[in-house]
Amino acid sequence: MGRTLAEKVWERHVVRRAEGEPDLLYIDLHLIHEVTSPQAFDGLRMAERPVRRPELTIATEDHNVPTVRGPIEDPVSRTQVETLRKNCAEFGIRLHPMGDAGQGVVHIIGPQFGLTQPGMTIVCGDSHTSTHGAFGGIAFGIGTSEVEHVLATQTLPAYRPRTMAVEVAGELPAGVTAKDLILAIIAKIGTGGGQGHIIEYRGEAIRGLSMEGRMTVCNMSIEAGARAGMIAPDETTFAYLKGRPHAPRGEMWDAAVEYWRSLATDEDAVFDTVVEVDASALTPFVTWGTNPGQGAPLGSSVPDPDDTGDPAAARRALEYMGLTAGTPLREVEVDTVFVGSCTNGRLEDLRAAADVLRGRRVVTRTLIVPGSMLVKLQAEQEGLHEVFRAAGAEWREAGCSMCLGMNPDTLAPGERSASTSNRNFEGRQGKGGRTHLVSPQVAAATAVTGKLTAPADLV
Amino acid sequence: MEAFTVHTGRAVPLRRSNVDTDQIIPAVWLKQVSRTGFEKGLFSAWREDPDFVLNDPAHQGASILLAGPDFGTGSSREHAVWALQQYGFRVVIAPRFGDIFRNNSTKMGLLPVVLPASVVEDLQSAVETDPALEITVDLRERRVSWAGRSAGFEIDDYTRWRLTEGLDDIGLTLRNADDIGAYENGRQPWLPTTV
Ligand code: SF4
Repeated sequence: MGRTLAEKVWERHVVRRAEGEPDLLYIDLHLIHEVTSPQAFDGLRMAERPVRRPELTIATEDHNVPTVRGPIEDPVSRTQVETLRKNCAEFGIRLHPMGDAGQGVVHIIGPQFGLTQPGMTIVCGDSHTSTHGAFGGIAFGIGTSEVEHVLATQTLPAYRPRTMAVEVAGELPAGVTAKDLILAIIAKIGTGGGQGHIIEYRGEAIRGLSMEGRMTVCNMSIEAGARAGMIAPDETTFAYLKGRPHAPRGEMWDAAVEYWRSLATDEDAVFDTVVEVDASALTPFVTWGTNPGQGAPLGSSVPDPDDTGDPAAARRALEYMGLTAGTPLREVEVDTVFVGSCTNGRLEDLRAAADVLRGRRVVTRTLIVPGSMLVKLQAEQEGLHEVFRAAGAEWREAGCSMCLGMNPDTLAPGERSASTSNRNFEGRQGKGGRTHLVSPQVAAATAVTGKLTAPADLV
Repeated sequence: MEAFTVHTGRAVPLRRSNVDTDQIIPAVWLKQVSRTGFEKGLFSAWREDPDFVLNDPAHQGASILLAGPDFGTGSSREHAVWALQQYGFRVVIAPRFGDIFRNNSTKMGLLPVVLPASVVEDLQSAVETDPALEITVDLRERRVSWAGRSAGFEIDDYTRWRLTEGLDDIGLTLRNADDIGAYENGRQPWLPTTV
């Protein structure tokens, strides 16, 4: 029987397999940030263990960093960042600190450097590590104990997850983005639907996505409960990678591409679960509730909790969100718009937002936060920052920012945002804050009208 | 890690589905660099509500959390496990867990027990009727017992062995350091390094 992409990559990384035990899996790349690593380094020190492969490890500062220039005001945040610096120096790990040209959100910088490549295993103490699966590797989030395990051994004991195919037939209509697609997929399979699975996104609409769009899709796999999401590498992948600082060169490049081509799922391979989605039927999608599965087309209304799969949860969500069933989503007023995060903080996302804002004015507080310093530089070379500033939006430094509100960028209690990030959990963007997840295009159009809006609605 | 064999204690019923790790411990608590002191952050937003079940004096001192489906979804923060343990929980029983949370729990010795939704609801009702009800979780037998009833649960042999022995995962892996070295010799030459 043929094998799936996930099975091929997994098998290639099994260091040891024994009856009745999890596989011991080799990890090709370990990404680190300040929040989930300090206790892992402490553990190493206590056991007097070294980092096995510091040269397969890279660190960045992202979650706590302010997105306005200057030092970190919050002493606790500052201590955490300083702890990372101390740990990286002590254990010999490359770090991109605040202000460095290579700094950025951990899931933006891996691909940007060409460190994220097809067929690799990649982990990080961060659930959105699934982003890197867009290149055709197995990438998943781990906890701090596992961070310590990877630092000490460059391996992880793990059971191979089941496989799920999400088959996306047809083409995305004009004005419908990768973000709308993944929000619709999560609404369909539910926040627990992917549990225990690696999702492979397949089909015409997926092949048609840029690498940025593929990363947006894979990024939110965890929001469907799956630990990893992946897409088979193809010409789009190779074109994105070629020439990046850590991509193979010369003969190595040719050998690598030949291998990468062999990774695609075999025609006779069988998935444990198959989900089908028709891309051509999709429209811009937004969330109305407090988990990413509680979403609906922008053209629809806030649902009646009794019409949802979990009425008790929907009632709680509507109460928290301050919404009434039956209200058209286009009439929901927002105070703040956030464009950024590892879901939608790449250059393509900023271009899309700028295209909507060009020549218009925002009526909400609007934060545009590039995912990395390189994205910021490239955006400025294209003059996008001028577009944002002229529209009245704030153009910020790179970081996680309002995606999780660990830095000063937060919502006040009761404030409502349209956000291009990935989680609309209670209090995620600040205590009492209310989040609607949207695409960059919808975020920008919403900033112009102050209500949830698609670009096509603007005159 | 403290070994886990059998635990008997009282329980708290948390009748909510999709309790993500941002609710278990909000992000502001993640700025600490130590591994202790997280009990104050546990469900900190919800605990401001005096009616929240954890604030009910009848449930003080409980060590088993009876949760709803999809407990521990979302962020990978292991702080969620530390907060539950430091508050005094040794077991979480739910119909379904987020994968990363479940993994983190077994690394730390907090036992995640999966039982069918109907059984978890029976347990929640039983505890709501009698908060002093004692529940026994026997990992060796893979069985939860209370008030003359009992239900078996599944957990793989390897994880059960590790937990009942209280073994350190890293130490176990390092016993196979030779295998890791041998694997490293066969890695593809184009794989990147960060230097
Ligand atoms: S941008 Fe948001 S989701 Fe991504 S790594 Fe940062 S906090 Fe996590």
